Amino acid sequence: MSIQPLLAHVQSSSLKSDAPEFQIGDTVDVHVRILEGDKERIQIFTGIVIARRGQGTSENFTVRRIVAGEGVERIFPIHSPKIAKVEIVRRAIVRRAKLYYLRDRIGKQAFRLKERPIEKKKETGRARTRVKARKARQAAAATEEAAAPEKKKRRRKTKKTAGDAES
Amino acid sequence: MTPTLLGQKIGMTQVFDDEGNVHPVTVLKLGPCQVLQVRTAEKDKYEAVQLGYLDKPRKSATKAERGHVAKVGAEPKRFVREVRLDAPAEHEAGAVLTADIFDGVKAVDIIGTMKGRGYSGTMKRHGFGGLEATHGVQRSHRAPGSIGCSAYPARVIKGRKMNGQYGNTRSTVRNVKVVRLDAEQSLLLVRGGVPGPNGGMVMVRETNRKKSKKA
Repeated sequence: MSIQPLLAHVQSSSLKSDAPEFQIGDTVDVHVRILEGDKERIQIFTGIVIARRGQGTSENFTVRRIVAGEGVERIFPIHSPKIAKVEIVRRAIVRRAKLYYLRDRIGKQAFRLKERPIEKKKETGRARTRVKARKARQAAAATEEAAAPEKKKRRRKTKKTAGDAES
Repeated sequence: MTPTLLGQKIGMTQVFDDEGNVHPVTVLKLGPCQVLQVRTAEKDKYEAVQLGYLDKPRKSATKAERGHVAKVGAEPKRFVREVRLDAPAEHEAGAVLTADIFDGVKAVDIIGTMKGRGYSGTMKRHGFGGLEATHGVQRSHRAPGSIGCSAYPARVIKGRKMNGQYGNTRSTVRNVKVVRLDAEQSLLLVRGGVPGPNGGMVMVRETNRKKSKKA
């Protein structure tokens, strides 16, 4: 069904001309503008895009990540001015438009998607942001791990989180 | 005169403001409205202007309608309403009012016709709770329950909320915030819902609700 022309006209002022481009299954850094008092800062939410729905100004996407063994999902409106940018850190091959099945997965499985063999370089960038985020959460432990190579680190972390979930 | 116009409900959507907050809005197309007649105290015993919105084909208008609008050289209108005034009208018959008269207006009242829901029970019509789903209730889960006392007063009190025709009546929502005015396109964006279906006719005026102390 096509949208009423006058409604489209109303929406046009709220739409971003440079709407972020990404696909389902991509691991993304969502840069969110946060107003604290009168200061603005950027917070980054990293996770897998598991759904995208709606149209026009109400179009939004869902990003899922695992925080301390607990699944966290945030829904962002694509055209919100509060979304500064969306950076793709990893792409994946997926065969579904909605990755809700990830919700039933535990531990390593939860973010293990077949990677698309591109943008290898950005892997390091992602690792860096991950470490930064972890540092903020658990200062002492994170600094030790930061020295370890990236791949191993991820595995170790997942094992730990899986263990947390069980206990 | 308080800014008043006739128009149509276009539909709902959402827009972002400068701070990035989302507003659910109803889009209204207002005017242009032509003043078809001016009522005066001497002649009609009250002051008012009669507004008309949206032309309709002459062939679908009655001869009386055609004659009425011919006095101001207008086309027959689909939607005609009078706006009562306290003072003699500032506008002459034939004047055209457009959405820019709402410039600077912060809140409006919207008068429309509710969507008709037909003959409805008390749960839908008045929000009654109905009876229990279980514990021995049979065949009366959506019944209103008791409608009064017994031997005294031996009748049902007037005004008792019961089932009946619901909707398809005039309905007013007051003090609706204006989110944006697009005078170029004759569009007014108001926060929240508005009575009636998309395409339904509405009358919009600056709100007559007194400003709260906070504002």
